[in-house]
Formats: sequence, C-alpha cells, structure tokens
Amino acid sequence: MSILGIVRIAMKSLLRNKTRTFLTMLGIIIGVAAVITMLAIGQGAKQIVEDQVNSMGTNVVMVSSNFSRSNVRQAAGEGNLLTIGDVNAIKNELDGVLYASPVYNSWGQLKFEGNNWRGSIMGVDSDYFFIREMDVSQGELFYSSDVENATKVCVIGKTVADNLFPDTNPIGKIMRIRNIPFTIRGVLVPKGQNVMGRDQDDIVVAPYTTVYQRLLGRHWRMMSIIVSAQSRDYIHILQQDILNLLQNRHPGTTAEEFIVNSQTELAETASRVSDTMTILLASIAGISLLVGGIGIMNIMLVSVTERVKEIGIRRAVGAGKRDVLLQFIIEAVAISLIGGLIGIALGVGAARLVGNAMNWSIAVTLWSVLLSVGFSMAIGIFFGWYPARKAANQNLIDALRYE
Amino acid sequence: MNDILLTTKSLSKVYEMGDIRVHALRHIDLEVIKGDFIAIMGASGSGKTTFMNLLGCLDKASSGEYILDGISVHDMDDEKLTQIRNQKIGYVFQSFYLLPRTTAIENVELPLLYCKKCSLHERHQRAMDALKTVGIEDRAKHFPNQLSGGQQQRVAIARAIVNNPSFILADEPTGNLDTRTSIEVMAVLQELHAQGKTVIMVTHEPDIAQYAHRHITFRDGKLIRDKENSSPKDAKTDLANLPKISEEEDE
Repeated sequence: MSILGIVRIAMKSLLRNKTRTFLTMLGIIIGVAAVITMLAIGQGAKQIVEDQVNSMGTNVVMVSSNFSRSNVRQAAGEGNLLTIGDVNAIKNELDGVLYASPVYNSWGQLKFEGNNWRGSIMGVDSDYFFIREMDVSQGELFYSSDVENATKVCVIGKTVADNLFPDTNPIGKIMRIRNIPFTIRGVLVPKGQNVMGRDQDDIVVAPYTTVYQRLLGRHWRMMSIIVSAQSRDYIHILQQDILNLLQNRHPGTTAEEFIVNSQTELAETASRVSDTMTILLASIAGISLLVGGIGIMNIMLVSVTERVKEIGIRRAVGAGKRDVLLQFIIEAVAISLIGGLIGIALGVGAARLVGNAMNWSIAVTLWSVLLSVGFSMAIGIFFGWYPARKAANQNLIDALRYE
Repeated sequence: MNDILLTTKSLSKVYEMGDIRVHALRHIDLEVIKGDFIAIMGASGSGKTTFMNLLGCLDKASSGEYILDGISVHDMDDEKLTQIRNQKIGYVFQSFYLLPRTTAIENVELPLLYCKKCSLHERHQRAMDALKTVGIEDRAKHFPNQLSGGQQQRVAIARAIVNNPSFILADEPTGNLDTRTSIEVMAVLQELHAQGKTVIMVTHEPDIAQYAHRHITFRDGKLIRDKENSSPKDAKTDLANLPKISEEEDE
C-alpha cells in the first residue's frame, strides 16, 4: 500500500469524524496557545522592567560625596567635596568616558500666570541630555553656550508642562522658578515612571551655571557628577578609576568619602529580578505544557482506544499492521500540525490582545513557539502511535470483539 | 482432485488461561471443494467459531495443518496472512462490522484500498458492481446508521465479494436479523453460490442451515457429523411464500 493511499485514508477518516478530530485538535490548540500567550505576556513584563532600567541609562556612573562618612553628621553642602574641576578631570583624564556632567538638585515653586507647581529642578551641563538619552518632543534643548553664559533657560518634563500650561504651548513662555524668570526652550519626551515608581517627567532641567548662581543658597551647593561610559563593559574599571582620581584630587580623603554608583548595579539587580521572572515564566510554561500534554495524551488515548474495533475491521479485510499504524500516525501528525498552527495563531492573537490592553510591547519568541508546538506534537504523535500500535499488534479476534 | 479449495489436517486450537488448557478444537480434518455451500453448525462453545477464525486466518492454530489453494497457511508470517485475508477470503460477520460514518460504497471499497494496483476509478467501479450483485446499489451513498440490518448485511456481503475472494466466510450472518431479512440474506448468499462462489457459513440455526448444501456439525471441539444436504431449500421460493407485510422493513 502506497504512502499516498494511506495519507488519503487518514485524511478521509479525519474528515469523516469531524467532532472527534476537532476535539482532539482542541487539546493541542489550547496547549500551544496557552504556552505561547503565557510566555509572551511574561516576556512582555520582563521587557518592561528592562526597558525602564535602560531608560535610566545603563552605562552611567553616578558620583557623589558620602555625607554620612564619619560619625559626625555634617550639614549638607558642607561635606560636599566635589567640584566642577572634578567633572573636567573625569572628562579629560580618564579613558572610556563619553560624557560627564555636574548635577545640582534642587526643588521649588514653579509659576506661570495663575498656575503653580512644585517641582524638582536640575542644574546640568548640556551633555546631560546625551548621558540620559533625553530629547525634546517640542522646542529644543539648551546648549553649551547657554551653560557658559548662564542663560536663564530651561526645558521641562511633560508633567510640569501639563500642570503649568494646561491650555497653552509652553515653548518660549517665561516661567518663574522661585520667582526668577526662565524661558522655556522645550518639552522633554515623556519617560514615564522609573523602576522606583518616581515620575521621571516631573522635572525642570536648566544649565548648572544658572542654577548654581541663581537658585542655590550658599550652603546648599550639593553637587553630584553623572558620567557615561563608552561601553557598558568599562563601567567597573571606570568606577575604580574615578574613585582613584577623586582621592588624588582631594588629598587626605579615603575611598569611603565618595559614593560611586553605576546604573549597572541597578541593571544587575533588575536582571536578577528578570531572571526570577524568567524562572517564574518557565514554571508557568512547564505547567501549561504539562496540563496541555496530559489533555492531548488523554484525548489521543481515548480516541484511539475507541477505534480498536475499526483497527480490527481494517485488519480483517486485509490492512497490514504497517498500514494501520501509518494511518494513525498520519492522523496524529495532521491533527498535531493543524492544531499547532491554529494554536500559534490563537496564542499570538491573544498575546497581541493582552499587549494592546495593557499597553505592553508583547514579544512572542520563536523558542516559545518551537517549544510548545514541538512538545505538543511529540505528545500527540506518541499517544496517537502507541495505543494504535498496541491495537494493531493485538489478537485480531480480540480487536474485532472490542467494545 | 484439482478443485479442492482447502484442507485441514488434524487442526487443533488450545487456549491457555493460566493453568487451565481449554481445547477449543481437537484434530479437525476437513476438505472443502470449490463451489460448495457449507453450513457449520453446533451449539455455542462447540468450537465452530474458533474453526471459522482459523479458516479465515484471523487466528492461528495451535497444531495441525491448513492448506488453502494449495498453500500451507500455518507457517505464514503476518504480512502474508494479511495478503491472504485481503485477497482470498471475504468475511461476513454477525454484527456486520461496517465502519461508522462511512458510506456503503466506501465500506465496500475498503479491501481494495489495501491491495496494490487498483485505480480510483476501478475501485469505484468494482465496489458499485458488488453492490449491484447484492441488490443495494441505490443505497451506495448511505451511511450504515441509515440502513436497516438486512441492508447493512448486504453491504457487508458486497464488501466480502468485492476483491473476488476464493471463498466467502460468514459468521452467523443472520444472527442479528429477523426471519424475513435472514432469508433475504440467504437468498443473496445462494445467488453468489449459484454464480460459482464457495460459501462457508457458521450458524446455530437449523432453519438457516437448510439453505446450505453441506452440513458440518461440531460438538465439544470435535467434528461429529459431515453430511450432504441432498435437498437444500431455495431462499427465493421461501421468500415468495412468506406472507407479505411491506416491501422493505426500513426503520
């Protein structure tokens, strides 16, 4: 008997028993779809976490003074060791540094016409925008000339723009920061919340020279330095280099007096979190596969057992064992294959739906598709083949009499 | 003689169930001539069905010899037995054994699917011819559950003859049928016999056996009687004499 002939028999048999075929397929469809959807959602969640971390700049090093370095707590600002000279030294003397910028953090009342907002104000170099990969959605950034001239300009985050300028275009408007007028140059592209849940768009960014001269009190000149490395790989070496450099520049200090943090540490923490999520995902996938697999196994076993008599009849009228087995394997392969394809479509569709609903970037990965389809097909085919083989090898009379 | 269809020599079958050995058949010697119509009779447990299973190559004998068309079947492997079942034997079972949700003609085509070199068209043609022979070609596209018992058994007979086998083996072909349809089925078998087919039929009903030409009786696994039926009844005549109720007992 030719393979083609058996394929035809198998297809006819599948079409003849549409309900049984569909139910058997359903096991595979659900198994595959569940795994793909679960993994896609999990991957999406993982991606969100990683993106948020990346949005903070993962090749960034933060340098600040350690105010609690001795038992005697000092007034803020007095303990500050860092200077603009340190920034320039880091930028010019160390290898692997892309940008470095001082950061003065302050906060205060923001005012435009009748609207008030209390916001965080940052004084930075124009390089800061490159370090943090910030850009404007409207207007423009400020430049190094603004920093040199201590121009009273700023760019604002979306939250500030929404609250101070609910109905007007803020570009070119003059806003008062602690009563000092600043011209708004641009509105930043929204970044959303960071991993700690802080709103990264509730921010005013101005040249550090202006902030230093106009906004900071004499005893509140707390400065930190933000540095970006040329590559994430340099980060650890760079951290050590910065620490050595600062100790050289400030004789008599120890390493404890500086805090040199890199975002990679945060990134590493986040990647540990995401590893945990990966394990969680794998467990979900494993359980989905197991449950799906048991479902497939059951329906295959039942549908083949139900057909023992059919096997007997086919054998009695002259079907060889090989013919019968081949027929059942082809049926199982067809069911698994079609079910697998429908399952993929359904799984991808469901993942997209969830992705749209949650506004996540859902990623259906190739390996989740291969894993679920491969596993389901293997189970489907094995449990289509195994009972059929048993039935074909069984005594013909017993198979015929099987009820 | 040249027209011997099959011979059994000391054919025995022993079932072993744990420690107990059940002798289902003890040393059966039988010769069947081509073109005969045999009824194998006996009470249940007499071994007649076991004997039929052996003749039909559905089961293997424990000892003894079985020669079909001059070939010894005893030593054949599974593949060869499958071929024999496909090409030399046509089965008719008590409960029809038609594939469900499969049209009559597709059921009849079944044996042809498993034999080599048979085109789609030829298959269809031969199946249709077989259905015509048993007089049920108008139900070719019906499913078994749309057919009456008598019609289903006719489809089964058509399936048995479609591959032009050496003989037809019928196991209680009328066991599930009422009197009228039983006689109808016997008329079909007699018609096939008249066309030159060999028919071996197992039955426990003496009435049905009367349509056969040779009676073989089993008891306790032994062949106790083998005699010619000098005056077999004619099913068509009986059918004509039956009081008419309706044309066909459709449901």
